Amino acid sequence: MSVGAPATQSRLASLWRHPLASTAALTALVAVTPLFLTSSYHYRIAVLVLIFALACVGLNLLMGYAGQISLGHAGFMGIGAYAVAVGPTHLGLPSWLSLIAGAALSGLIAFIVGRPILRLKRHYLAVATLGFGLLIAIVLTNESEFTGGPDGMLVPRMTLFGWTARGTIVWYWVAGISFLVGARLALNLIESPTGRALRAIHDGEVAARVLGVDVARKKLAVFVVAAVYGSVAGSYFALFNGHITPDVAGFLRSIELVAMVVLGGMGSIVGSLVGAAVLVVLPQSLTFLHEYEHMVLGLIIIGIMIFLRQGIVPTLAAAIGGRRQ
Amino acid sequence: MIVLSADRLSISFGAVHAVDALSLEVEEGLVFSIIGPNGAGKTTLFNLISGLYAPDQGRVLFAGEDVTGLAPEKLARRGLSRTFQNLQIFFRMTALENVMVGRHRHEATGLIADLLHLPAVTRQNRQTREAALAALERVGLAAMAERPAGGMSYGGLKRLEIARALASEPKVLLLDEPAAGCNAVETEEIKAIIRSIAGDGITVVLVEHDMRLVMNVSDRIHVVADGHTLAEGSASEVRADPAVIEAYLGTQGAREATGAGG
Amino acid sequence: MAENLQFAFSGLTVGTVYALVALGFTLIYNSSDVINFAQGEFVMLGGMVTVFLGLAGVPLPLAALAAIAVTIGVGLALHRLAIEPARTDNPIVLIMITIGASIFLRGAAQIVFDKRFHSLPPVFGSDPIRVGGAAILPQSLVVLASAVVMVVLLWVFIDRTLFGKALIATSANRLAARLAGIDTRKIVGFSFGLSAAIGAVAGILITPITLTSFDVGTLLALKGFAAAMLGGIGSAAGAVVGGILLGLLEAFSAGYISSQYKDAVAFLVILAVLFAMPQGLFGKARVERV
Repeated sequence: MSVGAPATQSRLASLWRHPLASTAALTALVAVTPLFLTSSYHYRIAVLVLIFALACVGLNLLMGYAGQISLGHAGFMGIGAYAVAVGPTHLGLPSWLSLIAGAALSGLIAFIVGRPILRLKRHYLAVATLGFGLLIAIVLTNESEFTGGPDGMLVPRMTLFGWTARGTIVWYWVAGISFLVGARLALNLIESPTGRALRAIHDGEVAARVLGVDVARKKLAVFVVAAVYGSVAGSYFALFNGHITPDVAGFLRSIELVAMVVLGGMGSIVGSLVGAAVLVVLPQSLTFLHEYEHMVLGLIIIGIMIFLRQGIVPTLAAAIGGRRQ
Repeated sequence: MIVLSADRLSISFGAVHAVDALSLEVEEGLVFSIIGPNGAGKTTLFNLISGLYAPDQGRVLFAGEDVTGLAPEKLARRGLSRTFQNLQIFFRMTALENVMVGRHRHEATGLIADLLHLPAVTRQNRQTREAALAALERVGLAAMAERPAGGMSYGGLKRLEIARALASEPKVLLLDEPAAGCNAVETEEIKAIIRSIAGDGITVVLVEHDMRLVMNVSDRIHVVADGHTLAEGSASEVRADPAVIEAYLGTQGAREATGAGG
Repeated sequence: MAENLQFAFSGLTVGTVYALVALGFTLIYNSSDVINFAQGEFVMLGGMVTVFLGLAGVPLPLAALAAIAVTIGVGLALHRLAIEPARTDNPIVLIMITIGASIFLRGAAQIVFDKRFHSLPPVFGSDPIRVGGAAILPQSLVVLASAVVMVVLLWVFIDRTLFGKALIATSANRLAARLAGIDTRKIVGFSFGLSAAIGAVAGILITPITLTSFDVGTLLALKGFAAAMLGGIGSAAGAVVGGILLGLLEAFSAGYISSQYKDAVAFLVILAVLFAMPQGLFGKARVERV
């Protein structure tokens, strides 16, 4: 099943897939952007973009490379977010440990739930993941003793060796570096035996099996990886904002994540950043349309799916590469 | 030595007995062809042998072991490989990447190593590339290595699938209509490839409609009709078998064929 | 015993709404393989448009008819403006489009109407009827009866008319239907319109009992989908049975286990069905050809 990536790519387009080129481009972007950020508000937007981009990289591995779909990915963000809230508040754990614990928990849940869920295909898989994400949101809303219920709870700031992670500029670099590390790992994975196996699963699951690929195990592996990415992103989200509500795991969030991945380009790590940027910045710049937020979001999603489902980066790459074949 | 055998395999889809108590034995190193009219159950038989379907009854034995109902990926690891009638190419990967996936069962790095791109991964990638290139050369596609598979010709894709299956270094290679849809030139290329593969000691089991190719390249031929065995033997034996002629040409046509000195 | 009966009554009532939503899903899925997440919005629109037209002074029966007409229009627009232009069979793209439409409609409802809960007067008054120690609202009976009528009408239509046959042909094999001269675009559009009508009627009838607001659609769509899956997606009978079953499951688990997690029942059902019997109660398992 595929939504993006055109079947034929020119040489230049496939250059974008080269890990070095992508890493260089992304590092440059992250390093240079602060020159254009002139206020705390700008930095705040940038941090959010980077946090969501991190979640998107994980989701992209699952959707763009392995060809699976998850409409409940925000559930893992929710686990990570509440881990760094509940850990310090109720369990007395330091934030950094809670973050790791959240990631481990997300990975574990993904491992347990993924096994049966990933046997499903196409819209069955979509709805199963949807149901899973919603279940997490419901649990987070209902267990108010631990989670503060629908109004959420405060998230203590993260401290490491006496230094507190606070302030938009600090978080820009924390999120930026984390994103770059996450992107690099993902790029590594793609150009590796596991990555080739995942791409094979996407294009021809039966053939992959016949060549010895343990499809079930590989799908589970990428699902777990994606869950960990989501969890870390969710933890950052909570720590950065200082407050968290169950919305972080909600249906709307999951849909936004999918839209970001598709918009940026399924199968393009660079695209994850682009998609996140567009869908975080756009609503912010349209604050005068605040009342119409949902209408606009709905239209954007429809628009992306009709006109831009190849994704921005692959479309640009193909256009720049030209038709010289 | 019998490297692959089917023992009274049966499978039905609803009321259709696609394969009905079919048995065959394939000797190592031979080119063994399965022929029969359309709908005879040949591809179903392949799917049973390669683990895509589990039989209702009967067994599949591979190198002496009972592998009935074993998943395809496990069979692959024992040295069974196959191509597909309808092409199952990874269209968004290049030709080389397609064949590199064929090396999967020989690759040894794990998830963590892959994520961190440890030196072992660099080495593995290089080894896989080299082996894949060699397989591409075998089928004459080395020049297309970096071409996206989606942009290749049909005949090229048929050969690509063979290269991919070869890259896994199988003991037994199942080819499902490798010459289907190919013109005379492409079919000659396929024939040469099959001969070369057999020459390396790999057992080839072939399902094919192109009679000239089959007669030319096979050591043994097994004729299937309506899900069961009709005849088996060498090319000349099968060609002269009246039951075979009748299955292909019908009773009237059989009379005409034998009457005309067939 | 009386308690159980009460649970059964409420489960039956809400289950009928799920059944109608599921029926709408099935209609659209059968003709086009689309899982329409905006199905819940059809229900919402039926109720809300009626309410607001009523508030504007339009006599209720007329308002109800107008609401149905508006919802049909929305359904047709969804098909023509969002589904058709996508030109794809990819189920994920299509699901995302209907999700986007659902979000859009919800956002629009928020603005055109308001964010409060609204009600409509019941058809036969609000005095509950006492049966065996439990109470059932007359409106519940209206809902049940209407559902039965709609299912029968639908069955007659599909089984006895030429258009109905064309609908079946389109769902069996779209390409073959087109080759046989059927305008599949019209058929699919029609199924969207019909689904919208069914949803709107359900919404109008259920509002006196469960109230309505701009965002009842999302949860309804998910539960309706769970019901369709339970019954076997693609089976109209299954949709109805699945809906009733789900309603009963929800009511009894809310009564006996926890009412907080009532909504989770539907999602657990989805997961259970997908793992244990993906083809549902009445659906057919598919074999993939290689």
